[in-house]
This record gives sequence, structure tokens and C-alpha cells, in this order.
Amino acid sequence: MLKGYISPYNATVVQKLLDQGAVLLGKTNLDEFAMGSGSTDGIFGPVRNPWSYSRQYKEKTPPKSSSENEESDWVITGGSSGGSAAAVSSFTCFVALGSDTGGSTRNPAAHCGVVGLKPTYGLISRHGLIPLVNSMDVPGILTRCVDDAAVVLGSLAGHDPKDATTIQDTFKPFELPNLIDVRKLCIGIPKEYHAPGLSSEILALWSKAADLFKDAGAKVIEVSLPHTRYSIVCYHVLCTAEVASNMARFDGLEYGHRADMNKSTESMYAATRREGFNDVVRGRILSGNYFLLKQNYENYFIKAQKVRRLIANDFVKVFGSGVDILLTPTTLSDAVPYMEFIKEDNRTRSAQDDILTQAANMAGLPAISIPTALSKRGLPVGLQFIGHSFQEKQLLTVAKWFEKQVKFPMIQLEEVKRHDCSVFQHQKSVSFL
Amino acid sequence: MSEALRTRPPPPSAGARRLGSPRPAPPHQRLARAGEGRSQGEQHHHPGPPSVWRDLYLASWVPVVGLEIHVQISSNSKLFSGSQVQFAAPPNSLVSFFDASLPGTLPVLNRRCVEAAVMTGLALNCSINKKSLFDRKHYFYADLPAGYQITQQRVPIAVNGSLSYSLCIDNKMSQMVTKTVRIKQIQLEQDSGKSLHDDARSQTLVDLNRAGVGLMEVVTEPDMCCGEEAAAAVRELQLILQTLGSSQAIMAEGQLRVDANVSVHHPGEPYGVRTEVKNINSVRFLAKAVDYEIQRQIEELENGGTILNETRSFDSKLGCTIPMRDKEGKQDYRFMPEPNLPPLILYDAKSLPVNMNHQQVVNIDWIRERLPDLPSVKRAKLVELYGILPEHSFTLLNEDGLAEYFENVIKQTQMKPKKVIGWILNDLLSYLKQHALTVKDSPVSSFLLADLLNLLERREISSSAAKQVLEELWKGEGKTPLKIVKEKKLELIQDQKELEQICQSVIDRQEDEVIMMVLGRNQKVLNKLIGLVQRATRGRSNPVLVKQILEKKLSE
Repeated sequence: MLKGYISPYNATVVQKLLDQGAVLLGKTNLDEFAMGSGSTDGIFGPVRNPWSYSRQYKEKTPPKSSSENEESDWVITGGSSGGSAAAVSSFTCFVALGSDTGGSTRNPAAHCGVVGLKPTYGLISRHGLIPLVNSMDVPGILTRCVDDAAVVLGSLAGHDPKDATTIQDTFKPFELPNLIDVRKLCIGIPKEYHAPGLSSEILALWSKAADLFKDAGAKVIEVSLPHTRYSIVCYHVLCTAEVASNMARFDGLEYGHRADMNKSTESMYAATRREGFNDVVRGRILSGNYFLLKQNYENYFIKAQKVRRLIANDFVKVFGSGVDILLTPTTLSDAVPYMEFIKEDNRTRSAQDDILTQAANMAGLPAISIPTALSKRGLPVGLQFIGHSFQEKQLLTVAKWFEKQVKFPMIQLEEVKRHDCSVFQHQKSVSFL
Repeated sequence: MSEALRTRPPPPSAGARRLGSPRPAPPHQRLARAGEGRSQGEQHHHPGPPSVWRDLYLASWVPVVGLEIHVQISSNSKLFSGSQVQFAAPPNSLVSFFDASLPGTLPVLNRRCVEAAVMTGLALNCSINKKSLFDRKHYFYADLPAGYQITQQRVPIAVNGSLSYSLCIDNKMSQMVTKTVRIKQIQLEQDSGKSLHDDARSQTLVDLNRAGVGLMEVVTEPDMCCGEEAAAAVRELQLILQTLGSSQAIMAEGQLRVDANVSVHHPGEPYGVRTEVKNINSVRFLAKAVDYEIQRQIEELENGGTILNETRSFDSKLGCTIPMRDKEGKQDYRFMPEPNLPPLILYDAKSLPVNMNHQQVVNIDWIRERLPDLPSVKRAKLVELYGILPEHSFTLLNEDGLAEYFENVIKQTQMKPKKVIGWILNDLLSYLKQHALTVKDSPVSSFLLADLLNLLERREISSSAAKQVLEELWKGEGKTPLKIVKEKKLELIQDQKELEQICQSVIDRQEDEVIMMVLGRNQKVLNKLIGLVQRATRGRSNPVLVKQILEKKLSE
């Protein structure tokens, strides 16, 4: 739909980075209109996870017997901001921006072994972010370490008069301490996040992480977020409804693709939208319009809004009872091979893969995925921290401590082995003046 | 393949109306037309509706009229974006990225538009909702780039008000009656762009200059019963809006657009099916369109037909309403809350937090204190201050600048306001109307008129002489009244003796009349003689004095 479209203005987040002296290296691939959890449904084709070509993966996962197709084993990046995650993971750039509506930044971050930060809703401007679900979207930040994420957050956060949903308070950029004491912290482990389909590997890692905190003197307790299991269904209704609304503007009249159809305005609209949108997008538009019909509105949309309130209240209750940070897995498993991923359709995949990340978007809370360890197959696994609204400093501080403890290994890409390894240390890449 | 005339789909119903099937009138009850006799011979005295409708009551049809009035807010920029608001600019020259619905753009609320809506709500006696919400109303149309309009469907900014207006009964200015129509709500919403259909080339041209301009939609309850009432209500609303400055409300420039909802039913029965009439371009046409539609519906029902719940367009050339080509009947607008705009919170003196930056909020009480005098208040003041009749005050306010002109003349003359008003309304206004001039463009300034009236008041000239001077002044040659009087020798004859001589000569010439006078003191004859004297003196005689002299002479 937006083939050949060049936006005549810069998004606020992009402009802020440029104003700070950032150099734009390029734009990355994603699922079309950010709908998907694999970055496989974009017009430029699927995104390949750089870890597919890492020594770690190749050693652990022997290639399939048919030698002709060495390529068939590559794994997905997760999505929808897979291109951005892959770019950061493969050392192509210092930071990449993504979007996060149901986990689209954290999911690929976990699969690609990078840090994926979803800020609190209203902290960073959405002006220039093509909307998926206006009430849940946030720009996401992907970096190789937590300190980098803090730096980028510092230059992006703050009120934007062009976005009426950003908060008015002035944001103070912060630097993370190097010595962190977790003894005063209370870490919550929500039992509902032990979701069906969660791999035993990740379950074990999650448990090990909890022990890490306990051993360091933090209080680690089990908590309950009882409405978690409704979040996928609720998300489906609200997401498709907003999508149907947001996509209504793509008619070929003012910009973008226009079908070569002259019979009437309506037939031109219909042809343009049929040609310009893929199946996934069209499916969501149809669902969304169905839920918004007068006769369905009360039963679906309003109901979903009420359930959303319940989900958000779960977090309020838990955070109000003394819990500082929640610790959960980010994904159900490590990255699956592309050939396997495409056996299920986009909708099914999204429903499965969003389950651990989605609720934070419902509640507008900040969340971050930290690369924790490699799986049996030699692929990255990440764990997620969810914090209080607008308490990014505390969230990132805890995340940084955790990052230091786990010492996630560096990706060993064969081609880059020739270069000086010292360049790629997992330390602060930028000094904060 | 040329496309059929594309038209806007009808907006949602302003309020639920009961639909009933009207019982067709028995065949012997014909629709009585104005002035053509009554069907039942009963006389009903209704203080409100003029005589045409009295006939309708006798034919037992009750017309019901409600209005949806879209008012363009007078502001520098649009409701949700910073592009300029201007009439008749080159096409697509006032379009921001947001107006063109470029992806990633977001709405930001314009404070001035909110204030305009609050002002209007207060002027119409509404309760202002301290918290109101924005919604999206979805439909596909070329002049709606985003595929939805941002409006206020769930909770509008103002509700439950009233608008009072006055009507003359039986077209006599002397009898005015005040009526009230309830205002259901006022909501803020975006205007759409304009589309022009070029059927010759099978294309539609879209101009987005107007897309996103702030509108207040004023929805009335169906309290009116005829075209005249609707027109009077709209006229009063125009005056109120212009006084407030919240809109210039010029229908010809599309700043005020009226859709009329019309239905008829028998008394005591539920409301009939209503139609919506659009494409009404002036207050005059509004009255015509409503009356036509009422008539059409009655005739349809009397002939055993039914009324469709449809949208009709008023054709001003033919003076009738025609159905607009509707698509699938009822439209489902799939209303959804606008997620990019938080609820609109307004404050008053009580609820305003102490440390709140007053630049960031709209304070209802602050606005209320600064409301100017509304037309009804101004009219009452004029009547009280100057002792003029109520209907005079209406005319004064109806004409842009006339009230100020009148007051300026009063200030500069010794003539009593009650007399001045006659000169303003009869002489000045009719001259202006004849030459299609506004008060602003009048060649006779208030200063000049006052000067003239002073001459009259000091009895230096007669009133008929004054009229002659006024005619001269209209030429706009810059002469003062005194100069004209001197040039044309219009001074009143002050010399009693000269006057008596003239009277005598008239009497001498009009023997027949004199005889009649002697016989019978006939007033008509006397007036004729006075007139002759006036003519003889070329208007330079004081009629009162002349009358005295003649009477005296005739009695001798």
C-alpha cells in the first residue's frame, strides 16, 4: 500500500535522534503494518535471524540431510520488528527503533539476543508512528546492552505537543548506576505466565533467574495476575477494531498505491485496498469492522474494554502490594525455523506468541526483554521485566544488574571473526557525558 | 461510464423518534390551502402558527420540524491541526499532513474551538459538560481522507439548552410572539472537504481546504412546526453567533448549514416517519423547503401513500425536494472512541486546581463573565432606553450596523428616539435596500442624518422638505443638509403674513371646496387644501400652522 511512499515529515523520535547527531543507516524490514510475530509477512520477504548463521547455532543444530538446501534451516527473528532486531544483533548499527503493540519489540529482541525496551505508554511520542492500535502502540528501542537503551530513552522521552497522548511532565534523562544493590527489591513472579506451551528450557531459566535475585538478597514472591488468560482474546477484539479504523485512510486518493480502476470512487477504493493490503491486514480489518457494528459493539468492543480494565487492575493491585518488578519469560520457546513457522497462519502464530508480552501493552506498562542464555539449539532466550508506570529508571537498573549477572555470550558470526574482537565487547558502547 | 451523482450518506439520527404509520385521512377531508376557505368551518385561535397552518390543524395534521445546524467555528486554524481556515482559497492550499490523513499524524485539539463551543453553549442556556469525549464516525467518501470523522457522539460538550426567537403573526410587524425551541446538544466535530463531480469527464475533484475545519453541530429538538418558525430560529441563532464571534454564520459562504428533519402526524398519534432535507442555502430557502416538504408529506399521506425515511435535497430553482440517491439505506457508522484524544476536561471557578497553568485550561466561568450582550438583551435595552417598539428593535438588530447607526444619530440630535426610529427604518433603510447597500456603505452618515433631523426638530424645515434634502444627500456629494436647504430654498416660511396670503389665494381658487367646508367641516377637504398650500409653498409650510390658518379663514 505504501510502495514508493516517502513521508514528507520525520517522526518525532526520528527527528530527536537526528537532532542529537545520530546517523540514519537505513530502514528495516518488518511484518506488513506491524501485524505479525515472525517478521515473515512483509513485502520484501521474511527476515532471517542472524543467529541462524552463528557458530553457536550451527554447532548445536546440524543441517538437515538434504545438502542442496543449506538455507532451509534458518530461523525467524520473531516480530513484528524483526528487521530492527536483526540489524542490532548483527552489529549493523548502534540502535534500531521498532514498535511495540503486543510485544513486537520484545519478541524479536528475545529471539535475536538483544535488549528490547517497551517504554510506558505516553512517555515517547507516537507522532510519525504509523498506528496499529493507537491506545497500545509505543515506539520500541532495540540495543545490545541496557546502558545503550537508557541513553536512547533519554533522548526520546518527553512531551510532544504533536501527540496529545504524551504526558505533560518533564522527563529527566538518567544514567544508570554501576553498582546496584537489589536487596531492597521485591520481585514478583506471576504464576499465570507459566503458560501452556512454555518450553521446559525457558521455564528452567526463569526459575534460575528468580533464584539469582533471591541469592542476592532480593525478596522474590509468587503473585497472581488472574485475568492474564483473557488478554489474547481481548487484544484480538480491540486490536482488530482499531486496525479497521486506522486502515480506513488507505484509499489511494491522497498517497500510496492507487489501483488502475476508473469506474467509480467506490470501485477504485475496493481495488486499491484489495491490491495494497496482504491477507493478514485484510483479515484484521474485516474482523475489526465486524466488532464495531452497532449490533456487536456492546458485546465485543465494550466488553473487551472492560476486560482490559480488569487486566490493568491486576497489575495495579500487584504493584500496589509492594512488588517493584515482575519477572517473566518473553517467549514460549527459542526461535523456530522459518519452514516450521509458516505452517501455521499469522493469526494463530500471533495469538500464541503474544501471550507473554501482550498484557503489558494492555496496561501501558514499561517492559524490557534481556538476553539471558542460549538454548539447547544454540539460540538466544530472553527474560522479561515489567515495571511500574513511568518508572523506567528502576526497571532499567534492575535489568542492568541482571544483564551483568548472566553475561550473555556474544554472537559468533563466522564472517566477522576476522575483525578485532575487542570492538564487540558487551560493555557500554557510548559514554554518557 | 459516467458515474451517478454521488451524494453524502445521511448522518445518524439526532435522537430516536418513534416511527408510526399515520392513518390516512378520510377522503372527504381535503387539504385546505391558504386563503381558500376552511374545511370544517370551525375557527381555532392558535397564538403561534400563521393562518396557513391553522388550516392544517383543521385538516388535523401536525407538522413536526427539527433542525441540525452545522456552524463553522471562526478560528485561525482548524480543529485538530494547524492549517489555516479561510474561505475561497486556491484548492488544496490549506491542507496539513494531518488533514490529508498522512499515516502517523495525530490530532491536537484547538483551544479556540473549545472556547467557541463553550460560549455558544452558554449563550443557548446549555449545561456545559465538564468532561466530554471524542469519537470516530466511519464511512468512506472522497472528501473524508481518514475514512472517519472525529466527532462527539457519546458525550458532547454542551446539552439541554434553549433558543428563543420571535415571529410576526400574520405578517404584521405589530404583533410579535416569542417561541422557544429546545437545544438537544452542541457537539464539536470536523468538517469534511469538498468534492465536485465532473460528470463530463467522469471524475471527482477533491478539495481538502475545508477538511478538518472546526464545526459546532447544534441539534434542536423537534419543537418547530413550520418553515417560518425554522427560519426565525435560524436567523436568531445567526445573530447570536455573530454577536459572540464564535462564527460569522454566513450561509452563503457555507459557514452555517442547515438540515431539516420533517414529519407530520395526526394529533394524539405517534410521530410520523421523518425525512431529512439537505442542500438548503439560505434562510429564505429553509422556510420554503420545510413548508414544501410538509405539504408534500401531507399530500402523500392523504392519497394513501407512505413516507420513506430518506434524505431529500432541496432544489431552489424548482422549489421542491427531491430524493437523494441513497446507497444501502441505513448506514452503520461503526462509532469508536477516538484513542488519540484524551477526554476534554473543562473547569469552572470551583473546580479549577490552584496551581494549574491557566494557559492550559478552559474555564467556563471565565468565559461566562465575558459573554457580550446577546441579541435579546440588546433588543430589550434598546426598547427600554429609547422607548421604541419591540419590532423596531428586531429590525435594528437584523441589519448589520443599523443599531449602532441609530444610536449614533440619537447622540447627535435633539429629536426624540421615537421619531428618529421612523427616519431610520422607513427612510434610511428603504433607501439602502433599494440600492442593495449595507449600513456601512451608506452615503448618508449618522452625522449627516442627525444634522438634518436637527433642522427638522428646530422647525427650520418641514418634514416633506427634509425628505427632499435626504434625497439630495443620497447623491453623496458631500453637501451638508443646511447647504442643500439653502440651495433649494426649502426653509419653512416663518412669516405669518406670507403664509396667510398663500392660504387665502388657495381658498380663493378652490371655491367648491370652500363651499363644502362651510357646509360640513369635512376633514378630507381640509387636508386637500392643506396639501395644495404645501404644494404652493413647495413644502416650505408648517402643516400645523397652515391647518390653523385655513380653519380660521374658513370659519370666517
